Amino acid sequence: MSILLEVKGLKKYFPVRRGLIFAKAGNWIKAVDGNSFSIEEGQTFGLVGESGCGKTTTSKVILLLEEPTAGSILFRGKEISKLRGKELRQFRSSVQAVFQDPFSSLNPRMRIGSIVSEPFVVNTTLSKKEIHKRVEEILAQVGLNPDTARLYPHEFSGGQRQRIALARSLIVHPSLVVLDEPVSALDVSIQGQIMNLLKDLQAGLGLAYLLITHNLATVRYMSHQIGVMYLGKIVELGPVEQVYGKRLHPYTKALFSAALPSHPDLVKDEIVLPGEVPSALAPPPGCRFHPRCSSAIQICSKVEPELRKVDPDHYAACHLC
Amino acid sequence: MSTFKNLGFLGKCLGVRSYVFQFRFRAKDFPIIPGLIIFLFIFMACFGEFLAPYSATEGNLQDKFLPPFFQANGSMTHPLGTDMMGRDMLSRIMVGARPSFIVVLTVIILGGFGGTALGIISGYKGGTADVVLMRVVDVTIAFPIILAAMLLSVVFGPSIQNVIISISVIIWSRYARVIRGEVLSVKEKDFVSQARVAGCSGLRIMLRHIFPNVVNTMLVMLTLQVGSIIILEASLSFLGAGIPAPTPVWGSMIAKGREYITIAWWIPFFPGFALALVCLSFNILGDWLREAMDPKLRQI
Amino acid sequence: MTVDFLEVKNLKTCFFTRWGTVKAVDGVSFSLKQGETLGLVGESGCGKSITCLSILRLVPQPAGQIVDGQILLEGEDLRKKSEVEMRKVRGAKISMILQDPMSSLNPVFSIGDQLTEAIKIHRDLRGKNMWQRAREVLKMVQIPSPELCLKSWPHQLSGGMRQRVVGAICLSCEPRLLIADEPTTSLDATIQVQYLRLLREIQEKAKLTLIFVTHDFGIVARMCKRVAVMYAGRIVEMADVKKLFDHPAHPYTEALMKAVPKMETKERLATIAGQPPPLWDLPPGCIFAPRCPYVKDECREQYPPTVEIQNGHSLSCWKYF
Repeated sequence: MSILLEVKGLKKYFPVRRGLIFAKAGNWIKAVDGNSFSIEEGQTFGLVGESGCGKTTTSKVILLLEEPTAGSILFRGKEISKLRGKELRQFRSSVQAVFQDPFSSLNPRMRIGSIVSEPFVVNTTLSKKEIHKRVEEILAQVGLNPDTARLYPHEFSGGQRQRIALARSLIVHPSLVVLDEPVSALDVSIQGQIMNLLKDLQAGLGLAYLLITHNLATVRYMSHQIGVMYLGKIVELGPVEQVYGKRLHPYTKALFSAALPSHPDLVKDEIVLPGEVPSALAPPPGCRFHPRCSSAIQICSKVEPELRKVDPDHYAACHLC
Repeated sequence: MSTFKNLGFLGKCLGVRSYVFQFRFRAKDFPIIPGLIIFLFIFMACFGEFLAPYSATEGNLQDKFLPPFFQANGSMTHPLGTDMMGRDMLSRIMVGARPSFIVVLTVIILGGFGGTALGIISGYKGGTADVVLMRVVDVTIAFPIILAAMLLSVVFGPSIQNVIISISVIIWSRYARVIRGEVLSVKEKDFVSQARVAGCSGLRIMLRHIFPNVVNTMLVMLTLQVGSIIILEASLSFLGAGIPAPTPVWGSMIAKGREYITIAWWIPFFPGFALALVCLSFNILGDWLREAMDPKLRQI
Repeated sequence: MTVDFLEVKNLKTCFFTRWGTVKAVDGVSFSLKQGETLGLVGESGCGKSITCLSILRLVPQPAGQIVDGQILLEGEDLRKKSEVEMRKVRGAKISMILQDPMSSLNPVFSIGDQLTEAIKIHRDLRGKNMWQRAREVLKMVQIPSPELCLKSWPHQLSGGMRQRVVGAICLSCEPRLLIADEPTTSLDATIQVQYLRLLREIQEKAKLTLIFVTHDFGIVARMCKRVAVMYAGRIVEMADVKKLFDHPAHPYTEALMKAVPKMETKERLATIAGQPPPLWDLPPGCIFAPRCPYVKDECREQYPPTVEIQNGHSLSCWKYF
């Protein structure tokens, strides 16, 4: 398995501007604060965490929608922030995305044929006929009737719109698709359909996914690797089965216990974390999780733990591991 | 061949066909009479010169102050009477539609579209350009149009170009500000991010994704403002800073007719009536358009 | 024979629109004893929210009307009450927590103003007593610094805090019945755990009757004693929570449970073919027939009557007739 995407020491800080005309940056929101992970070809990497942990920001930087403050992102060995011209176009054809909200991810004023073909039109110079053929192909692949290319987004349901968004991302034969909460806004029975479709497409086309979600069951169902994020840092990283089997970091333990049971008999003791997630403007010193951690010791408030290897392939950022 | 392609692209930017779909449910509410009046206005503006029964600029002094046909001494030869120079009122009103229409059309293109374009660029690009442009807008909005037009006419002499320039120069800022606000919210939508992920250039995104989603607002503003623009132009002509004689203009006709209101009330009345009708029709059309285009206003 | 605390009999609510009559609630019946928690489960558009609004007689008018049925609260029919009498019921006897805390709180009023408004109307307390009660209620929902909170504005609080404040406003007048319409959907997993635990504690202390509307079976497993599954405006199955999870009898319930990914296994998710029917054009006979894997001829002809297959476990399906 070759490595498709490698993220090293990624940092993204947002300035908090003050002033009316000539705004000066006062403070910084440390949305992503030094993360490293990699995604292999044909595999799914699940990035899990609660709101504000920086997972969406990470995805935006990978998609070149935001510029990183520090660190490097290598796609097939090349640094993506330095890509220009033809290489940039190739990158755009290789890395696509599907976002959460099926209602705002499609331009209400465009027919879905145009929506789906846009990445193709912008990145290649094929004739109209060839583009049309490819559009029909891809619509059929995601389970939609190719004749519906003439219709407008509002004529489709939420689940169908996510399929359209998926078709749009697949039309350029990408190697990596970033899925930002692809099923959260959908009904329960439709979620299953879309997740199955994603898995089938991954098997058939050899796609790699960066799956961003807060739902642990979805991650288990779809991912091969998982990274747990808290307040801008990855606190645990490893293969899904290993992390699910043996949770190392206290936050991971709390997060897993917060996942609701699938049967009343499986109701177990919950770990209820005190307080709220602190602001990313002023993260706690030392380990960011220590104010809410029941196992914190003195060093936790002073020194920030590194993401270290605890078991083969299984990493955790905790002084107690 | 490529002009066709560009036109097609333009059509897609205006999102023409999706309107037809939207209007489906509202067609039965379409205000027919105002629609007819506006159609008549535009028709007269284009063909009034050829259809007018008499000359609009030359008159027979012997026929001056003839009353309209429904009064004593009036006849159907001059159905709306004649003015102080013996010119036929009906012909003057028909031909007078044109200058108003030209002013409205050019102001819409320069001020309306121009302001929208600047608003889109400012809202999408952001940064210093946005800040600077908005300060310019702040200054321009505060400036009274009539003062600007009068200044221009004093310096350069009154003419139709000066009227158009002065109105456009002030009106663009209103569009720029409102459209920029809309763009700020459209910009945050996922489909714009998706377009960037697909590799679309900024220009393509602004034309193909942002513009079609703000054009609603622009169209509604335009129709609602047409009335104001016409009145503005008429006021300028009324004050003498507008389109000069001998072109028949409704505003000047009202102005000149003021002194004769006791002996020949029809001289200022009929041009004023025509003006009021056209403005009202545009306002009603603008209201209907606003309701038809805003899905949230649709009643269940 | 004790009178049930809440008894809903054959409730029917319709929306009269220019496109036809939408049967949002089409014959819903259930009963609750005091202190019980009922879970109303279903996907979007099944009518669970409208059922709750109907109980409070807050269905959006003039399009929405309760056309049939009885809503008996401690024996009194709420449909027979005048608007003035209903206002005394809302807030004081029945209260409702809605899904989105940001729009439940008025952004231009402080928390103190909003909290004391309900207290003023129903308890007729003023001045020091009113503020005292406000502080008590905030302590009841475990808000760390009540004084500070009273002076704050909604936008200054986090999602979890806002939802607690909404809970406080609802509980300030000590209602006997609390309806919670997906209150934790917008909350993070760990905050959701805190909130659900809080709700359980309050319910135990105050012997509240609770109707919990959700689409998440996990929440149902954790919170509810009895469950009603809704589809296209009707309750298709109702049972004690354990019985429902052990033996989901109705084909829809069965399919829905199989469509949800679980933490424990990775087996392929089942999907339900087709789409929910449009509510203005319901199919004749059983509303689930077009999508049901066990469909028979009689299913398409007549809607099955409600049958009790075990003590407390009832459903509407021809399979069990």
